[in-house]
Amino acid sequence: MDLIGKFKKGLSKTRDILLTDVNELFSMDRKIDESLFEELEEILVMSDLGIDITMEIMEKVSKKSRKLSTADELKEVFKDELKALFPVKEETLLNDPKAKPHVIMVVGVNGTGKTTTLGKLALKYKSEGKKVLIAAADTFRAAAIEQVEIWADRASVSIVKHRAGADPAAVAFDGVEAGMARGMDVVLIDTAGRLHTQKNLMDELRKIKRSVSKRMPGAPHEVLMVLDATTGQNALSQAKLFNEAVGVTSLALTKLDGTAKGGIVAAVAKSMKAPLKYIGIGEGVEDLQEFDAEIFVDALFD
Amino acid sequence: MFDNLSDKLNAVFKKLKGRGTLTEKNIEEGLKQVRLALLEADVNYRVAKKVISDIKERALGQDVMDSLTPGQQIVKIVYDEFTTMMGDEHEALNFGGATPASIMLVGLQGSGKTTTAGKLALFLRKNGRKPYLVPVDVYRPAAIEQLQKLGSQIGVPVFPSTAQMAPVDICTEAVRSAINEGCDTLLIDTAGRLHIDEELMAELEAIKKSIKPSEILLVADAMTGQDAVNIAESFDKRLNLGGVILSKMDGDARGGAALSIKAVTGKPLKFIGVGEKTTALEPFYPDRMASRILGMGDTLSFIEKA
Ligand SMILES: Nc1nc2c(ncn2[C@@H]2O[C@H](COP(=O)(O)OP(=O)(O)OP(=O)(O)O)[C@@H](O)[C@H]2O)c(=O)[nH]1
Ligand SMILES: Nc1nc2c(ncn2[C@@H]2O[C@H](COP(=O)(O)OP(=O)(O)OP(=O)(O)O)[C@@H](O)[C@H]2O)c(=O)[nH]1
Ligand SMILES: [Mg+2]
Ligand SMILES: [Mg+2]
Repeated sequence: MDLIGKFKKGLSKTRDILLTDVNELFSMDRKIDESLFEELEEILVMSDLGIDITMEIMEKVSKKSRKLSTADELKEVFKDELKALFPVKEETLLNDPKAKPHVIMVVGVNGTGKTTTLGKLALKYKSEGKKVLIAAADTFRAAAIEQVEIWADRASVSIVKHRAGADPAAVAFDGVEAGMARGMDVVLIDTAGRLHTQKNLMDELRKIKRSVSKRMPGAPHEVLMVLDATTGQNALSQAKLFNEAVGVTSLALTKLDGTAKGGIVAAVAKSMKAPLKYIGIGEGVEDLQEFDAEIFVDALFD
Repeated sequence: MFDNLSDKLNAVFKKLKGRGTLTEKNIEEGLKQVRLALLEADVNYRVAKKVISDIKERALGQDVMDSLTPGQQIVKIVYDEFTTMMGDEHEALNFGGATPASIMLVGLQGSGKTTTAGKLALFLRKNGRKPYLVPVDVYRPAAIEQLQKLGSQIGVPVFPSTAQMAPVDICTEAVRSAINEGCDTLLIDTAGRLHIDEELMAELEAIKKSIKPSEILLVADAMTGQDAVNIAESFDKRLNLGGVILSKMDGDARGGAALSIKAVTGKPLKFIGVGEKTTALEPFYPDRMASRILGMGDTLSFIEKA
């Protein structure tokens, strides 16, 4: 597929994030009535947007709708509400000379797609001409090191690893050290999946972060939390506890190539004021897209 | 959040103390709260709608028990309904059909199949069977190594698949190899796939056709949201599932997916995964799941006694 084709494919996936067929709902001559609101509510809930945000949007939209007569006019109101859910993207520090290497720690619950997303990012940075190193700090899960090694290979980037069962904080430390010594631009730290409710494992994550900043003050520059689009309301609890433990700075939403809409990411982004930076749309190395709320919401309705 | 559904309902029903009958009007407001609780627990929107209308029917005209407030009475009706919905007498694993028996694990990417294969192997061995682990994920980086490591941790033999082999060939060869090794139950760890991935879903059908497994189990993540019904329905339609295992129940997910999946497939929930270790597997209890979905914790015990 050529680049344009890929971009379009990505966009159509982006379009799928929250809703499908919303345009149908807002067809020109449809009346604004109870049944329209009911359908709207169903779409929002089924997109995993969460009951709080759904109620909030429904209330706002219904208030504003009193001055309007057709569903088509309502569309703009609805669009604005959706856009407002996503915080504006922050400036990335990637080109800050003081932050070299730019250290990114990838975190999240089990099986969301951390390692895969990290592998895709490695290739993305590499293809931008950056020098990239991966620290294999998931020393717990069976064959996690072997998995991330294959990704390092695919992206032809360096890797720092210890043996299985080693202290992940030590791996992260060594990764940053090697990154500094070898003049890397980006260091990506793969961490083991862990449920946010497991105190000892969250403490371990804190320790990894501490050891990174011990070696390089200011690092990690980014803590990327990976959410699975299939996840429902639990993502809110995940985000809250990961944020409390290590301060999440940005989000990635994976598995949008399925039928799940991943709407909960809007609630997460809103509550943490962290931008959704990337979306995963497949298992391949090229299946990563940057997320842009403006483009996304507009695409939803064009 | 919703840890006090009973309290919320009691507030709603304050006016209606002690005795009395549940009428259309007085349960309407209570059921609204229940509906919100279900949606917060990730019960599918349409399933919740149906459940609520069923419950309304059941509740209508019921006398409020002396020992309960109307709020508690509603919760009890909902709880009983859920327990019945999710219960099933046939929750044991099925080893019927061809010998050696084989159990196939299927599901979305990252749901917990490989880990669950290791857990089931240990469980089966403790129950006097001779399990044989079969890695069939030739796609994901290091998926075969992952199962090999789990197998060696628990001392269960693993078929030496390679990523160059075709999945169906792996399975047919593994059956012969299991017999040679003196094993009686194959655990087939398939690659994660999307239910809408035509090619990979066809691959599962081909495996099923070639080895005629005694059981195909869907491994689903307890944190799954509204899409759980699409996923379960698609896998069930293609493969006729024997049951479901809900993984990652050790977190704080309400697990509404359990109810949704049961409602659309009718297939029994057989086990839950409660951790990453190979010992972290438990049988599924419908009553516990019902109180978890309702966010009731142990506060239900007083209702059960009533
Ligand atoms: N369809 C699809 N699959 C994905 C995507 N991202 C990751 N996966 C798959 O999801 C599964 C889990 O991905 P991993 O990268 O291993 O997840 P993880 O978070 O590192 O898992 P743990 O380290 O075990 O917690 C793998 O089968 C990946 O191929 C995506 O965007 N789409
Ligand atoms: N906390 C917890 N983690 C689990 C449970 N079951 C599996 N996991 C973790 O979830 C992640 C994914 O598990 P896997 O067994 O690799 O999932 P999979 O379905 O085989 O993944 P793919 O083969 O990539 O599709 C790993 O980090 C496991 O350790 C569970 O019951 N509780
Ligand atoms: Mg990983
Ligand atoms: Mg697997």
